[in-house]
Amino acid sequence: MKLNGAQILIKMIKSEGVDTIFGYPGGAVIDIYDALAKQNGLRHILVRHEQGAVHAADAYARANRSVGVALVTSGPGATNTVTGIASAHCDSIPLVVFTGQVPTGLIGNDAFQEVDIVGITRPCTKHNYLVKSVDKLAFIIKEAFYLARSGRPGPVLVDLPKDIVQTFVEFEEPGEISLKSYKPTYKPNKKQLNKVVDLIRKAERPVIFAGGGVILSQASEELTRMARMANIPVTASLMGLGAFPGSDPLWLGMLGMHGTYRANMSIGHCDLMIAAGVRFDDRVTGNIEKFAPGATIVQIDIDPTSIHKNIEVQIPIVGDCKATLAEIIRLMEEKDPKGIAEGKPEWLSRIREWGNAVPLKYEQSHDVIKPQYVIEKLYELTRGEAIITTEVGQNQMWAAQYYHFDQPNHFITSGGLGVMGFGLPAAIGAKAARPDKIVVDIAGDGSIQMNIQELMTAVESNIDVKIVILNNRYLGMVRQWQEFFYEKVYSSTNMENAPDFVKLAEAYGATGLRCTSPDQVSAVLTQGLNTKGTVVMDFTVDREESVYPMVPSGGSITEMLLV
Amino acid sequence: MMKTNRYVLSILVDDEPGVLSRIAGLFSGRGFNIDSLSVASTAEPNVSRITMVTKCEPQIIEQIKKQLHKLINVITVNDLTDKKYVQRQLALIKVNAQPDKKAEILRIVDIFRCKIVDVGLAHYTIEVSGDTEKHDAIISLLKPMGIIEIASTGAIALARENGK
Ligand SMILES: Cc1ncc(C[n+]2csc(CCOP(=O)(O)OP(=O)(O)O)c2C)c(N)n1
Ligand SMILES: [Mg+2]
Repeated sequence: MKLNGAQILIKMIKSEGVDTIFGYPGGAVIDIYDALAKQNGLRHILVRHEQGAVHAADAYARANRSVGVALVTSGPGATNTVTGIASAHCDSIPLVVFTGQVPTGLIGNDAFQEVDIVGITRPCTKHNYLVKSVDKLAFIIKEAFYLARSGRPGPVLVDLPKDIVQTFVEFEEPGEISLKSYKPTYKPNKKQLNKVVDLIRKAERPVIFAGGGVILSQASEELTRMARMANIPVTASLMGLGAFPGSDPLWLGMLGMHGTYRANMSIGHCDLMIAAGVRFDDRVTGNIEKFAPGATIVQIDIDPTSIHKNIEVQIPIVGDCKATLAEIIRLMEEKDPKGIAEGKPEWLSRIREWGNAVPLKYEQSHDVIKPQYVIEKLYELTRGEAIITTEVGQNQMWAAQYYHFDQPNHFITSGGLGVMGFGLPAAIGAKAARPDKIVVDIAGDGSIQMNIQELMTAVESNIDVKIVILNNRYLGMVRQWQEFFYEKVYSSTNMENAPDFVKLAEAYGATGLRCTSPDQVSAVLTQGLNTKGTVVMDFTVDREESVYPMVPSGGSITEMLLV
Repeated sequence: MMKTNRYVLSILVDDEPGVLSRIAGLFSGRGFNIDSLSVASTAEPNVSRITMVTKCEPQIIEQIKKQLHKLINVITVNDLTDKKYVQRQLALIKVNAQPDKKAEILRIVDIFRCKIVDVGLAHYTIEVSGDTEKHDAIISLLKPMGIIEIASTGAIALARENGK
């Protein structure tokens, strides 16, 4: 069967089980778009900016537990994907991004819309390719998907010169992928695991610290089982939210700069930390010298570079979180399960005291809407079952604190890179993957303007997303830092000059709702959630509300600012 | 400041365009430094060997090795530092050769078992092959004569015996 490169591309994407891709056309990929129009089975969602395509693919991958795909043209199309790729790279999200490229004969000549996107994205992809011959195309695509999803997942970019997608060849199924230079370690070292079980038995003050790796390896069940078996309290990084049920009594809340008092205190005082799928980001550790000073640290990670990078650990375990936790559970069952399950009542009651002393709280008001209240209500009205995407800033932190995630893959945020403008395209990608779910972007008034054009994508594609803007008319998180650390000099953070979001929603053909008083919050949320189609809900919230607790940058995580 | 050590890494990579820039980019992006670098093909088709010398603190070398290994095109990373290995570096040294100094230069060349590979009216070009200490030593002896130019390769190294 003779196929051209464009047809091979589509065939290979389909064979990876992907049903939806996100993209934007241009001269270098016009043949691919032609082939897309002449096939069935692969849905293409036309975004309004290439950055949106990558964020949407990122969220699609997370909500669907599969690989996300974006397709863009050469030059500016390709450079517009860089932020999205870098975000996916930080968060280890499996993506394959296809970029058009000028014909092979023109590469290097500064041709029209030529950029060296392979060079530009080298440091922010897991791997990338420039395809130089159509004979290798199918194999490279297969390898790209394999790399994206295996080991520590990540984004892979494939650059496709125009002549390659135009050339016809006899199509051959690519063979199995076997890379002599790439063999991720899934199975953990047994000896280390026995030590972990002994440590669990002996520990008086153990804590589990879960990260995005637990969600990526689909190990939530194992993590939850292990924690409950041994009565070990659990905290998580921003990326790990949902790895352990937020309604479980062993749940401590999030850890780190805006972590709960009891989570941070527990880490400060634990004698054993079992860290799974985390990379000890500085937003989590604060001052490294004072991070878990009394603890023996067990670190489970599939990526050896994550181990001993920021933090010295005593028991490093290279392996897949799911396989490793399952094996630890098996060993715990084998060796005296009773002794383990007896638990640590003193430790748990000390943690309860911390929780009671300083719960997550805010001062309710009758005059002005508190942003935290909006999220609490949203949590109630969606029974905690919605997929939540976020923008970046205070909105993101309040979402993390006040929406309690019981399941993995329900909280989708740009964690490592912190990209404002992530939430709306991400909501579109998540909803495309999970049409059965309510998908809500919890947004800030600043961030939402960074990819507002994607409202058109949602409306056009009948992708029903709900946007909750916590409108404080500030770049709130930066304003908070200015309030605390820069004598309230609100330099360039005032966002009072803003569009009317209700009218803006309507201009795009979506529904716009506004809410200005606390007693209306429930009603507006209910109406918004029950209205078909894309809905923007603009909540005028308390302008100078801050996110608490807060660990000042570089401080010990046990030294928090508490209101 | 922690003590820095000199490490010699022998890295096998897929012989593909861009491999070197992946490695160079890794070092610049993460603030690691490269002392010297030498790349050439091996007996195996499509496999190149990179010999790299880097000076850093002991815990940094662990990260460097792991990060190198993480690159998809890197096949193996062998740290030769604490192993038995042979190491060579090649240099061409063009030195002033005034009539009254010629004999002394020839004596140095002889002692170090080097070769004169080019002779001019007022210069010699000397080929030196050896480890870094030998290079440093001959350069310090030739300096008083007036070194005009030096071209040098990075170090290349192989583990002794059968160890790879
Ligand atoms: C693309 C990008 N530019 C700048 C920043 C820095 N930044 C972090 S939070 C923030 C303020 C966000 O404002 P808004 O979206 O209104 O959210 P709020 O904090 O008010 O909830 C800024 C500017 C960023 N994270 N991303
Ligand atoms: Mg704001």
